[in-house]
Amino acid sequence: MASETEKSADNESTGNIVVLTTQGPQIPKPWGKRIISAWSISLMGAIITLIVLCTMWPDPYLDVLTFLPDGILVTFEVTALAICCAVPLGLLTGLGRIAKNPVINLGASTYVEIIRGIPLLVQIFYIYYALSKFLQVSSLTSAVVAISFCYGAYMGEVFRAGIMAIPKGQTEAARSLGFNRFQTMFYVILPQAWRTILPPVGNECIAMLKDTSLVSVMAMPDLMQRGRSFAAKTYLYFETYTIVALVYLIITLLLSKCVAIMEARLNYYDRRK
Amino acid sequence: MTEESNIKTQPAKGEPIIEISQVWKFFGSLTALQDVNLTVHAGERVVIIGPSGSGKSTLLRSINRLETIDQGTITIQGQDISHCRPHELNLMRRNVGMVFQQFNLFPHKTVMQNVTMAPRKLLGLTKAEAEERALKLLQKVGISDKAAAYPAMLSGGQQQRVAIARALAMQPNIMLFDEPTSALDPEMVGEVLDVMVGLAEDGMTMCCVTHEMGFAKMVADRVIFMDHGQIIEQGNPERIFNSPRHPRLRQFLEQIL
Repeated sequence: MASETEKSADNESTGNIVVLTTQGPQIPKPWGKRIISAWSISLMGAIITLIVLCTMWPDPYLDVLTFLPDGILVTFEVTALAICCAVPLGLLTGLGRIAKNPVINLGASTYVEIIRGIPLLVQIFYIYYALSKFLQVSSLTSAVVAISFCYGAYMGEVFRAGIMAIPKGQTEAARSLGFNRFQTMFYVILPQAWRTILPPVGNECIAMLKDTSLVSVMAMPDLMQRGRSFAAKTYLYFETYTIVALVYLIITLLLSKCVAIMEARLNYYDRRK
Repeated sequence: MTEESNIKTQPAKGEPIIEISQVWKFFGSLTALQDVNLTVHAGERVVIIGPSGSGKSTLLRSINRLETIDQGTITIQGQDISHCRPHELNLMRRNVGMVFQQFNLFPHKTVMQNVTMAPRKLLGLTKAEAEERALKLLQKVGISDKAAAYPAMLSGGQQQRVAIARALAMQPNIMLFDEPTSALDPEMVGEVLDVMVGLAEDGMTMCCVTHEMGFAKMVADRVIFMDHGQIIEQGNPERIFNSPRHPRLRQFLEQIL
C-alpha cells in the first residue's frame, strides 16, 4: 500500500493521471530497494510453500505438480493469443471512443457498454455453445475470441483515458508543424500515452491470465482443467487446488514484476541529470 | 527536394502575406474577435499587445487555424485557410511556424529528435540532412551542446529556444509567437528575446503576442493594441508608446510601464 501512495505522488508531480484498476495484483515498484514488500512476501511464501509441500509429501503434491505443466502451456497459449488480439482491439476501441465521427464513436461506445455488461463466463458459453447452432468453432478459437472481445472493451477505456491525459499543447504543437491527425496520434500522442496506459494494460493482461481459468468449462485442457481432472480422478480436492492456486499465484506475481520493469524503462525521458 | 515540398517560395518583401478580413469568433456567448481586419506584409514584424482576454492569442492562433473562426476570411499567401481541405491546411501549416507559451516540446524525444522529426517525416529529408539542418539551427539558438538531452533536463529558456529551432526546421515563411516569454523565469527572458531579435534581423515575417514592451520597441514595424476582441489602435512603436490616442491604450500603458 505504501508503494501505491508513493507511485501516485510521483505521477502527480509529473502531471499524469493515474488509472487504477483492481482486477490484477498490485504492480510492484520496479527495482524496489526494500527486500520485504507485499510482492516479495507473496512470491517467496508461495514458492516456499510449494517446495515444502512437494518435498515433505511428494505423494500427492508432487504428483499434482507434475500433472499440471501441459495445462500451464495451454493457459499461456490462450493468454498470449488473447493479449495479441485484445490490445489492438482496445487501441481501436479507445481511438473510436474519442473519434469525432459520430458513427464510429457511437459504435465503439455501444460495443463497450454491451460487453462490459455481460459476464465473461456467459460470453464464453455464448460463443462456444449458443453460436454452435450457426457455426462450429474450436474451443481455442472460442476462448480467444470471447476473452479478446471482453478485455478489448476494458482496455478501450484504458487507452481512451491514457490518450486524453496527454496535454492538448502536444497536439497543437504537432499540428502547427503540419502533421495530420493520424501522424500526430502515432508519432506524438501514443508514444507518450503508452506510459500511462502500460500499468493498467499490464494489469488487465494479468487479470486476463487468471480469467483464462474460465475456459475450463469448455473442457479445454488449461491449468484449471488439468487440476479438475486430477481431482476428479483422485478425489484429492484440497491438495490439488492448493497446488493450482500456488501455480497461478507464482505466474501472476512474476508477470506483475515484468510489467513493473517495462514501466520503469518507459520513464527514461523524465530523468533529470 | 525541400524547396519543392514547401508549397510557396519566399514571397517578395512588402507583398501581403497574411490577410485577415472581417473576422468574428465566439466562445459561447463571449465574443472573442469582433470584426478584425489586419494585413501583414512579407518581412514585416508585427507585435500584438493588449490586456489578457483581449483576443490577441485567439487572433494569432486563428492564423494557422488552431482556432476556427466563425465569420470572415483569413488568407495566407493567397490561400483562404478558413475554407480549405485538411490536406491544404497541413501544407499551409508547414509554412507557418508557431512558438507556444508552454513550449510544448515533445518530452519523449531528444532535442535533436524534436527538431528533426517534422522535416524527416513531412519533407522526406534523410536523417543526415535533417540533423545537419537541425545542428545549424541549434547553433543559431545557442543550444547545440544539448542536442542529446531530453526536454525535461533543460531550463525553460533552453526549452523555448529549442521550440523556436523546431519551428524553424520546417523553413517557414511566417513565424507566430504566442507569449513566448510569459512562462519563463525573469532571468531567462533575455536569452529567448535575443533569439527572436536575431530572427527579426534576418527578415523573417513575425507576428508576436507579448508583454515585453522593450522587445516591441526594438523590433516591431507595427504595434497592434487589442481590447475586447477588437483592434483599437495600431501604428509604429514610437507613436503607440509615446503618443497613444485611445484612452484605453493610454490606461493599458500606464498600468504596465
